[in-house]
Amino acid sequence: MISARVARGAAGVAGLLIAGELAGITGLIDPDLLPRMSTVLSGAVSLATDGDFLLDVQGTLLVWGLGLLIAVLIAVPLGVLLGSMPRTERAVRPLIEFMRPVPSVVLIPLVTLLIPSDHGVKVTVIVFAASWPILINTMYGLKDVDPVAKDTLRSFGFGDLSILGRVSLPSAAPFMLTGVRLATSIALVVALSAELLAGGSDGIGAYMIRAGAGSRTDLVLAATIWTGVLGLLANSLLLSVQRRAFRWHTVKSGGGS
Amino acid sequence: MLDVVNLSHTYGKGPSAHQALGGIDLNVAEGELVCVVGPSGCGKSTLLRSIAGLIKPTAGQIRIRDVAVSDTPGDLAVVFQDYSRSLFPWMTVGDNVALPLRRRGGDRAARRAAAADALEEVGLAAAATKYPWELSGGMQQRVAIARALAYRPSLLLMDEPFGSVDAQTREDLEDLVLKVRELHRMTVLLITHDIDESVYLGDRVIVLKKSPATVVGELSVKLPFPRDQIATRELPAFVHLRAEVGRLVRGKDPFRPFQA
Ligand SMILES: Nc1ncnc2c1ncn2[C@@H]1O[C@H](COP(=O)(O)OP(=O)(O)OP(=O)(O)O)[C@@H](O)[C@H]1O
Ligand SMILES: [Mg+2]
Repeated sequence: MISARVARGAAGVAGLLIAGELAGITGLIDPDLLPRMSTVLSGAVSLATDGDFLLDVQGTLLVWGLGLLIAVLIAVPLGVLLGSMPRTERAVRPLIEFMRPVPSVVLIPLVTLLIPSDHGVKVTVIVFAASWPILINTMYGLKDVDPVAKDTLRSFGFGDLSILGRVSLPSAAPFMLTGVRLATSIALVVALSAELLAGGSDGIGAYMIRAGAGSRTDLVLAATIWTGVLGLLANSLLLSVQRRAFRWHTVKSGGGS
Repeated sequence: MLDVVNLSHTYGKGPSAHQALGGIDLNVAEGELVCVVGPSGCGKSTLLRSIAGLIKPTAGQIRIRDVAVSDTPGDLAVVFQDYSRSLFPWMTVGDNVALPLRRRGGDRAARRAAAADALEEVGLAAAATKYPWELSGGMQQRVAIARALAYRPSLLLMDEPFGSVDAQTREDLEDLVLKVRELHRMTVLLITHDIDESVYLGDRVIVLKKSPATVVGELSVKLPFPRDQIATRELPAFVHLRAEVGRLVRGKDPFRPFQA
């Protein structure tokens, strides 16, 4: 089932690559504007062993991971707090709805003024962008906890804190992980945007700027491919954690994923 | 053991308010098994949730062993009507049963052993390592019962515990309740809308009427023990009691005391 899905996805990618290649060969697209797919792919392969590029990947991974970690540390406790206090939640909800659609990219100039280090700027905007899905999903997960499950523990004499720890948090955990998974993709996009816009010394975005300045469009595209691969890997890693650790949740909610 | 005095509860406020309980008086003696019968939606669960301290009744008093119940008493166990929602899907059956025992102290091994014993009692010893959602409805219900039994509560509250299982399982579970309360000398308050079941299980049957719920009658069930699914149900006294309870539930006859 999963392998069939992978095969279909791979067929789609292959089709796109072949179409691009043919467009290049037949002269439909000027190879100076858009390099041939074969050139891009061989560029991507060579990047895998390019020390400079790997350092840049490391830079991106660092801000990506750090930003996500901070976002989780902020958004999960806040979401638990708000999710278990319905009145406060209703009070801050409009504020959340107002802040959430603010594109994190527009914060870059402002944050750049406030924070001197370019890593600090990147991490800050990643945290801003990645916190929302985690916060919203955590709040939702806490509100979704079955009242009968809570009453069960309460009837045995357990207190609020035990109920939070033994029922509410486990029950909301799958939602939190979904939030983190969504945040992971968003954080990567924002990391690249920040690197492209805020400049800075390292990161895949910085590599793209350097490659672009040297008119190596093939390498810019090759770096793009690696970015996509990173995003895909992170997503499927979290998906498999979700399937394994929260099988009960998939089963309960009807098996679909 | 349990005294409910003039208990009233109204859900909501203002024009949408709904009075579910309208001054209920009842008591359950130590070691007694009392069945509460009433039509669907009359307020049976509301009564039980008030006794368990899960909702704060708008008026009246509940006392357990002469101590007024304000919060959850802690020495009772509830088998909920929605048993499948009261089991935790992220835990194995064994862990589900063992979890409340944390309130009782004792180490992990002791809790495990007590949980295993209780599962054995309901005939589910083999299911301890399974997850609740891997079991059938009737098996889940037995897990919920095992969890309550393992806790060894001084008062066991059961809310239509056999409402959604097949007839055969239902009879087995009824006999199970009779067996364990005999074995552990437990006080039980069992809610049902099944008239036969109330007479078969109870030492006493209390009948509620609807909107708002009040007690319309009370019958002593003086049927011999041990009760038997076939023999007890064909006793003339059983048939008579069943008719009496039925009349009270339907409200056809005014209450007249019955002596068996
Ligand atoms: N949380 C609530 N808010 C408002 N009304 C409620 C609430 N819970 C129950 N009610 C109402 O109170 C009345 C009694 O409900 P309750 O669940 O106690 O009945 P019941 O006798 O247990 O019914 P059943 O036999 O179907 O289980 C019903 O009319 C119901 O609609
Ligand atoms: Mg009910």
